[in-house]
Amino acid sequence: MSGPPSAPSRSRSRSRRPAARLGTGFGAIAIAIAAAAIIWLPFVEFKTSRIATGRPLSLFASLATGWGPAVAASLVLGAAIASFAAGLRTRLIAALLGFAVVALAVGRAAEALTPAGNRIARISPGAGCWVLLLAFGLMATNALSRFRLRPARRVLALLATAAVVYAAFAAGLFDQLSVMREYTVNAGGFAREARRHLLLAAGSIAPAVLVGVPIGVLCHLIPPVRAAVLQTLNLIQTIPSIALFGILMVPLGALATAHPWLGELGVRGIGAAPALIALFLYALLPVATSTVVGLGRVSAAAIDAARGMGLTHGQVLRAIELPLALPSILTGIRIVLVQNIGLATIAALIGGGGFGTFVFQGIGQTAIDLVLLGAIPIVVLGFSCAVLLDALVDLLQGTPP
Amino acid sequence: MIEIESLTKQYGATTVVDDVSLSVERGSITVIVGTSGSGKSTLLRMINQLIEPTRGRVLIDGRDTAATPGHLLRRGIGYAIQGHGLFPHRTVAENIGTVPVLLGWDGARIQARIRELLEIFQLDPDEFGEKFPHQLSGGQQQRVGVARALAAEPAVLLMDEPFGALDPIIRAKAQDDLLAIQKRFGTTVVMVTHDMDEAFRLGHRVGVMNGGHLLQYDRPTALLTHPRDPFVSRLTGIADRSLRLLSLVTAGEAAEPGTGDGPAVAAATSLREVLSDLAWLGAGSATVLNADGSPVGRLTLAGILARGRPV
Repeated sequence: MSGPPSAPSRSRSRSRRPAARLGTGFGAIAIAIAAAAIIWLPFVEFKTSRIATGRPLSLFASLATGWGPAVAASLVLGAAIASFAAGLRTRLIAALLGFAVVALAVGRAAEALTPAGNRIARISPGAGCWVLLLAFGLMATNALSRFRLRPARRVLALLATAAVVYAAFAAGLFDQLSVMREYTVNAGGFAREARRHLLLAAGSIAPAVLVGVPIGVLCHLIPPVRAAVLQTLNLIQTIPSIALFGILMVPLGALATAHPWLGELGVRGIGAAPALIALFLYALLPVATSTVVGLGRVSAAAIDAARGMGLTHGQVLRAIELPLALPSILTGIRIVLVQNIGLATIAALIGGGGFGTFVFQGIGQTAIDLVLLGAIPIVVLGFSCAVLLDALVDLLQGTPP
Repeated sequence: MIEIESLTKQYGATTVVDDVSLSVERGSITVIVGTSGSGKSTLLRMINQLIEPTRGRVLIDGRDTAATPGHLLRRGIGYAIQGHGLFPHRTVAENIGTVPVLLGWDGARIQARIRELLEIFQLDPDEFGEKFPHQLSGGQQQRVGVARALAAEPAVLLMDEPFGALDPIIRAKAQDDLLAIQKRFGTTVVMVTHDMDEAFRLGHRVGVMNGGHLLQYDRPTALLTHPRDPFVSRLTGIADRSLRLLSLVTAGEAAEPGTGDGPAVAAATSLREVLSDLAWLGAGSATVLNADGSPVGRLTLAGILARGRPV
């Protein structure tokens, strides 16, 4: 159904960027995956209701006559250009266009397949659609990362992507898709849980930084303390989150009973309090460790010179050691932020709220669309935070080494 | 003037510096030489209290340094180390301004001092002031390190193998610079090195340390002609000791009346170089000229050789 995976634009700009020639093996696989996804995997699933088993529809069956083959051909062509074109810019544009075509096609299919006036039937993206989005997404990020954009530009690229995606959703291009139907039903709750999720992630990290960095400094200054403290934090890290919630439930419950004013502040055996405490505890180890590592890497000569010129121990720490350890500390915070955005999902199990609410409701109702309504924002949030903090780390490391 | 009295440092049962006494003339350069582990760095770091002595005391201009809190004492003493120890997150200007800022100088004075020092060290203030240390070459970094140590116009400068990381050509240049700057500011310098050539080249007085003991503290010539310990003669080298002796005397100092038949040499040249010159050209004598080209006198082979013997 498609041409051989020969590269249409290979000879056009052969010598412009030799480095871009890397990864042709990856390219061939990408095309094979795209083609296989189009031929064998369902592009959308048609469900008579949100919990019914879906009826798989191929790309060709889900679009109006003539559109299927055209979209399929353009996707394989896009995958080929994105993998083999000599110019990085060409690759990036092809990958982004491929991504957009898949997204638009699935939105269009949902609109076309939904029977007029039917508010019960659901059209959800099928495995093929997800595979295609993943493949083009990887090709786009792969090309983008080879541009070695400066930190500020990476943030701009992220913002631009966010703006385009928001505009596409706001324009209603995906309104008939099952996930968006779930969103429409839960619109009020979505904003609330989003705020709650961010609150859980950020609210646990801020105190973790305020406590973890001093712990790291302490471990650095007093080596005998280091092993004991880091091993304790390590132990906490190994407790499964559900178990930690359970462990916290009893003392917090008792505390709230003994001091009712704490209960009024929201301290209870279940809810946001144990979730925040658990996330805070999980965040301590990476923050403290990265502080210790960062401080340990500061040049001994610089510290000796600083002391020899009459800086006090406190001044050496504030003016020399901590600024030089900052990139390492920020890397720790980045790890923790992404980790806690994911972990905060579990908080819903004990009434802590957040996107996990949709995930666990969805599991309870066997409504996969509802699960996705919770899961997709978590992934997007985690990815965006990673890009932002990476840029910040690079920015700090960019000026001095 | 620095007086070191019975300075001792023990770590547990190990004695790193053992009862060392010496005095350093104001405005002179003292170099402490020794192998690694000889205790020379520990001795240096006890002068500015980076290391607390177990026994003994250090007087600077008659005042016991133990009376001043360590960090305040150190702000008044220059400190330059091997590998420069520049702060990588601060610009060259900020690095140099470290101690003046600590001392609370006003901004204009700090800026003026930074410019002055960069110019003295042949670094264009406008070009280098805003650079970060990693943007400089090794030699430039080292110069900034010494400039930073001199920023607050200290009367005393301590240097711990300051040129150890430089290649021979840049090191020779750095040594010349140090001599010129020491002369210009009249700074009292105490330097630690394991390089005997460096010690002979820079030191008005040289101390030889081994196993925590100060074996001999004397003028360089005396170390060669009257070594008080076999270790001293081993360190100064027996095979080329007469050449070392010659390298300590300049042509101007040794010139005798008359005119030579060989090459013309500058008065500041060492006898060692003149001897090499004469041997190379097969000449028997050289004419010594002042910096302005006026003749000082002459040097004969026999006259030079006489200077290579212990008196």
